[in-house]
Formats: sequence, C-alpha cells, structure tokens
Amino acid sequence: MSTPIIAYSHVAKTFAGRGLSRVVAVDDVSLEVGKGEFLAIVGGSGSGKTTLLRLANRLIEADRGSITIEGEDVRTVDPVSLRRRIGYVFQSGALFPHISVAGNVGITPKLLGWPAAEIAGRVSELLELVRLDGDHHDRLPDELSGGQRQRVGVARALAARPQIVLMDEPFGALDPLTRDALRDDFRALHDRLALTTVLITHDMAEALLLADRIAVMHAGTLLALGTPAELSQSGDAYVSQLLRTPRREAERLNALLPRDGAA
Amino acid sequence: MSLFTDARWGEALTHLSDYLGNHVRVSVTALALGLIVSLPLAIAARNRPLFRSVLLGIASVVQTVPGLALLALFYPLLLALAQVTLAWFGFTFSAFGFLPAVLALALYSMLPVLRNTITGLNGVDAALLEAAKGVGMTPRQSLFTVELPLALPVIMAGIRTSAVWVIGTATLSTPIGQTSLGNYIFAGLQTQNWVFVLFGCLAAAVLALAVDQLLALIENGLRHRSRIRASLGGLGIAALIAATLVPNMARTSSSYIVGAKTFTEQYVLSALIAERLRAAGFSASSREGLGSNVIFDALASNDVDVYVDYSGTLWVNQFHQSDTPPREQLLAELKATLEKQNITLFGELGFENAYALVMPKKRAEALGIHSIADLAAHAPTLSIAGDYEFFSRPEWAALKSAYGLAFRTQRTMQPDFMYAAVASGEVDVIAGYTSDGLIAKYDLAVLDDPRHAIPPYDAIVLLAPKRAPDAGLQAALKPLLGRINIEAMRAANLRASGNDAAASPDAVARWLWDKTETH
Repeated sequence: MSTPIIAYSHVAKTFAGRGLSRVVAVDDVSLEVGKGEFLAIVGGSGSGKTTLLRLANRLIEADRGSITIEGEDVRTVDPVSLRRRIGYVFQSGALFPHISVAGNVGITPKLLGWPAAEIAGRVSELLELVRLDGDHHDRLPDELSGGQRQRVGVARALAARPQIVLMDEPFGALDPLTRDALRDDFRALHDRLALTTVLITHDMAEALLLADRIAVMHAGTLLALGTPAELSQSGDAYVSQLLRTPRREAERLNALLPRDGAA
Repeated sequence: MSLFTDARWGEALTHLSDYLGNHVRVSVTALALGLIVSLPLAIAARNRPLFRSVLLGIASVVQTVPGLALLALFYPLLLALAQVTLAWFGFTFSAFGFLPAVLALALYSMLPVLRNTITGLNGVDAALLEAAKGVGMTPRQSLFTVELPLALPVIMAGIRTSAVWVIGTATLSTPIGQTSLGNYIFAGLQTQNWVFVLFGCLAAAVLALAVDQLLALIENGLRHRSRIRASLGGLGIAALIAATLVPNMARTSSSYIVGAKTFTEQYVLSALIAERLRAAGFSASSREGLGSNVIFDALASNDVDVYVDYSGTLWVNQFHQSDTPPREQLLAELKATLEKQNITLFGELGFENAYALVMPKKRAEALGIHSIADLAAHAPTLSIAGDYEFFSRPEWAALKSAYGLAFRTQRTMQPDFMYAAVASGEVDVIAGYTSDGLIAKYDLAVLDDPRHAIPPYDAIVLLAPKRAPDAGLQAALKPLLGRINIEAMRAANLRASGNDAAASPDAVARWLWDKTETH
C-alpha cells in the first residue's frame, strides 16, 4: 500500500450516556487509508462508523489515540482550515435551504476567499461534473429531487478541490435506480480526480460494489479490514453473516433472471 | 350633531403632527434600543441554559409589571440617577419625558424579541449546523450565513409583536411627560371627550398596523432575497421617522411649557395659562396628563415652567406635614419651603379645590345639617363614599378624630360616579371636591368644617426655578391671581365635563377668562 493519507492510531471516543454512564462509540481503532484509495466502513447503527468518520475532520474530538491527515496530527491543525480542505458529503445532502444551488456548491471556495469569477466558473464545472444542467443553478434545494440534491451535495464537497472526501451514508435515502446511477458516477469521479474517499454505509452490497477495501465496525471496534476477497476469507462470524446476504441475493437474482446468451 | 361632523375631530387633527411625531420617535427609539440589547443577549444565551432561563425569567417578570407602573417607576429612578451624576460627575440630565419613556418601553419590548430569537436559533436543524461546520464555517460564519437567516421568520415575528406592544404601550408615557398619542386618550377620558379618546386609539392602531406591515415587507424581502422589498420596507420606516422629525425641527424650542395633572380642572387651567402667555406674545405649549408627583419634580428640574397645584396637596403629599395650620399660615410656610427649592409660589387663583363632605341640599336641610359637627350625630345611620385614596389620606383621619365621625358603611367609588350616587340617594354623604361642577349640577351642599380638620387647598400658581427672574412671564400671569372664584371654577368644570365641542379645555378656558373679566 502507498503512504497513508488518513491514519487512525488507537483512537477511542466515548459519549455521555444516561445518567453518569458513558457510551463507548469507538474503542481502540487503528486504520490507515492510502492515497487514491476508496475505503468503505460498514456496520450497523451504533457500531461507531459515523463517529469514526467525524473524528477525521474534527467534527468530533477523540478522547485517546491520534489521527493524522496527510501526515499531520489533526490536533495540531486549525479545525476550520482542516475542514475546508476535506470534502464532506452529508446524509441526505444537508444543503442550506435558503441558499441557491450555486451558492451551496460555491460555499467552501467563498469561505476560502476565492474571487467571485473563479467561484462561478468552478460551480459550473462542478454541476457539469455531477451531471446537473445549468438551469438548476439558481434554484433553491427544495425545488430539486432527492437524487439531484445529493448530486449538489457531492459537488459542494468537491468544490475546493479536496484530496480527501468523507461520505456519510450519501446514497441511503435514494430510490434504487438513482442510487445506482449516483454510485457509478461517484466511483468514476473518484478515479478521475484521484480522490481518497472514505464512505460510511450500512449496506454491504454497496461497499462491495464501490470500495477497494472494506472496514467492518461492530460495537465500536474494528472487526475486519480488507478487500472483498480478503473479507470472504475472514473467519469472523459477524463478517461472514454480513457477506452472506448480498451473496445469497445475487445467487437468487441470477436464478430468477436468466440472461439469454450469457457467457 | 352627528359623530362625524363633530368639530372636535378638527381640533384633534391640529394636534396630530405633534402627538404622532412624538409617539413615533419614542416608540422607534425604544424599539431600536430594545433590539440592540435583546438580539446579542439572545444570541449569547441560546446555548447557555442557565443564562437563558435567567434572562427569559427577568424579561417575563418585566412583562407582568403593568405598562403604566413600569413607566412611572422609571421617572423617580432616573431622577435619583440624575442627582448622582450631578454629585459625582458634575452633569445632570432630564429625567422627564423622553428618556424614562424610552428606557421603560425598551425594557418592555425585550421579551418577544428574546424569546423568538432564542426559539428561532434553537429551531435550526442540527444537521444543517453540522453541515455548516463541515463545509468549513467558523462559529461566527455559521451564525450569520446559516443560523440567523434560517431563524429570521421567527425572529421577525418577535420583532413585530414587540413593535405593536411598544406602540400601544407608548400611549401610557403621557403621565411621565412624554407627549404621545396617549395625550388624546388621557385628555379625552378626563374631560369626557370621547372624540379625542377614539381619535387617539385609532391613530395608535393605524400606526401599529403600518409599522407591522412595513416590518412584514422587510421580512418578506429578506426571506426571498428581494432587495427591492426589503429596501421599500426600510424606506417606509425611515420616511415615517423623517416625516415626524420635520414639524418638530420647524418648531421653536423657546416656548414656555405649562403642566397639567390628570383631571378636568387642570386641563382647563393649563389651557388658560397657555392662552394668557400667547396673548402676551409668548409661545407656549401644554404638557398634559402628568402624574401628581411627576409634575412637581418636573417643575423643580425646570422641565415644566409653570403649573397650578393646591396648597394642601403639596403640604400633605410633597412635604409630608401632618398638622393643619390656618390657611394664611400654611401658605406662608409653604412659600418658604418651596423657596428653598428655588420654586416660586407666584400666588393664588382665588378658589380652593379641597376635599369636602357633600350631601344633597334638601337632605341636609331636612336633617338640619349645616356643618360636619352637625353630621357627626347622624353619621352612625348614614353611609359615605370617597375616591380611591380618600380613606387612606390624613384628612380622613383628621376628620374622624376632630368630629368623632363614625359612619354605618364606607365605600370607594370612581369620582365621576360619586356625585350621581349621592344625588340618587345610593349613598348619603360623599367626600367630593369643592370646585367640582357637579356640586351645582346636582344641587348638593358642601358641609362646613368649623374645626378646620381639612387643610386648605388653595389653587396656587408655581413657577420653575429658572423662571423666578422672568418678569415677562410674571406680568402675563399676574391678572390671573385672585381672579377665579369657586363659582366660576365650578361652572367651568361643569362645562368642561360636557360632551361637545364647547367643552374642550381651550374653549372652556376662553369662556372662563371672559366670564371672570365681567365680574
């Protein structure tokens, strides 16, 4: 593997629970993401996968351990400038409802103080990149479909030309056709722009189809980490169970939908 | 005469630019001050639960204080503060009128703004707050580009509520010396001029609606990013303020200010004094509807130049004397006491407006009652009524001990209804006022007070410290001294309580002047 761009080392995070108790969200996780890699973190709700993602751009601060981004310990970096150089795609878009599509996409460049003309050019370029035509430019987010909103969310994350993109279940709320199209488009963008992407999902099939490597989280710990082929060799019961569902669905679908002239 | 052709509408209209202008200035200043204080406080408090509860708690408590009381409390507070600044820093300021009204109204405006700003900001979707952070905003950028714009409709609703409250409550700033649309209402209520009351209420309501709609236009513009609508609304508010400033700047500031308390006789006498000053070539304006304590302090601090008070009122209320010396001696002592504060007791008008025990003439004759001493024997079988304060005043205690009075029952009544009640036999005796016009109207008898238990209440003209050497003013007012006897004042008060154009204080003042001249 090439040099790590994101490295978690013995990271732990607990939250205040009911009363005086503490809930362990991430428990001693070490993980490295290489340059240009597409990593998916898979787990159920409460597995700590979202917390792990937010620790990377300091939306949450770690209790223990260290996280480095491009070799720098995040604790030594100003969190605001850190976030401006990391793209972040939120669940269901989280677009600012009072700001136009163009305004949403151009927000990070604007915060960075780019000249207005450069921002405008970048916005048009990005909307084309995520395949939204120009007449969406001045619309408000409410006027868009769910898929279009998420395309804007991706464009917004990419606006300031980040090397790293963090994605928090970005395709979860979309209908299957849109989801499929968006996944393919994003994977293509990832390759074309040579991004390093970390994607959170609870859907193992999505992880298998998109990612180079998959990290499996369960109850705050990292259960397994590897390529789809490596995971299938895992002896862990939970990992096997996660892999069983897509595999069985694929077999069933193949049986139900025989394709004429298949090789 | 129909309601719509009543000449008093025209008279009301002549005061409109003055009253409305002052009303707009005091309301807008108070609202602006309230916003400047409330918005940052609300922003600072939104994520601090303890601070937030304390802040909202205080604002709610302020809100439960009746508007009139809040305004009235600010006057002595500022007066004390002015003395402190004078003693410590060598400067003073007027605690009268504009300043206390603005401060009290600003305080009054805070609750809706605080509550709506906090609610609006806390109502912003947590996912958007995280997104704001995630795209790289600082807390400040998040506040201004995401949180405040999203909370704007709720915040503006609060501002609009508070604007309507302030404009409504500003009508109550008349008694602390701030001219407002309340002048119509207070004067109208006292002189039973319902045209004025209606006019004042309508004007305040129209103003409140207009400001509310202009604010709605600004809100609409901000929400839809429409510069045109937002600036139209802003221009509207600016135009309103500018329009009210123009007549004010055109007016000279050298005029004499004549004060009046909140009852009919005072409105008539201040109109009379103002007219005398104008007849002598001075410019004069009336500051009407002032609270009894406010008006004296206002005179002492030169905010009012001249007004009519009553010797017994000053003796008992202002200087807290419990003895009752004979009339001449009381006046002499009062004059000396006032001089220590550099206030000139210019002279007596010629009548008294004292408390007096009053009963129907026929009834008194039938019972053989001429004086309070005669009344004492019958008192245990009779009932008495007085105004809200009479039974707790020293005069009542003095009467009871001087004559051994003990009535069967005693009741408290609104002064306007007292006279009708005693005339109809609903009560037997009332504690009325000697100069009240209704005494003649209902054919009532004023019982003598041979033991002088009730202090004399000579109507006296007081001059502010800075007017002590003013020979022109004194020459203009000199003819009033000793001119008005009790019958004339009663007749004038009766006229002024009528419900037509001839009952306006100005008209009655002219009538009173003409009538007393022929004597």
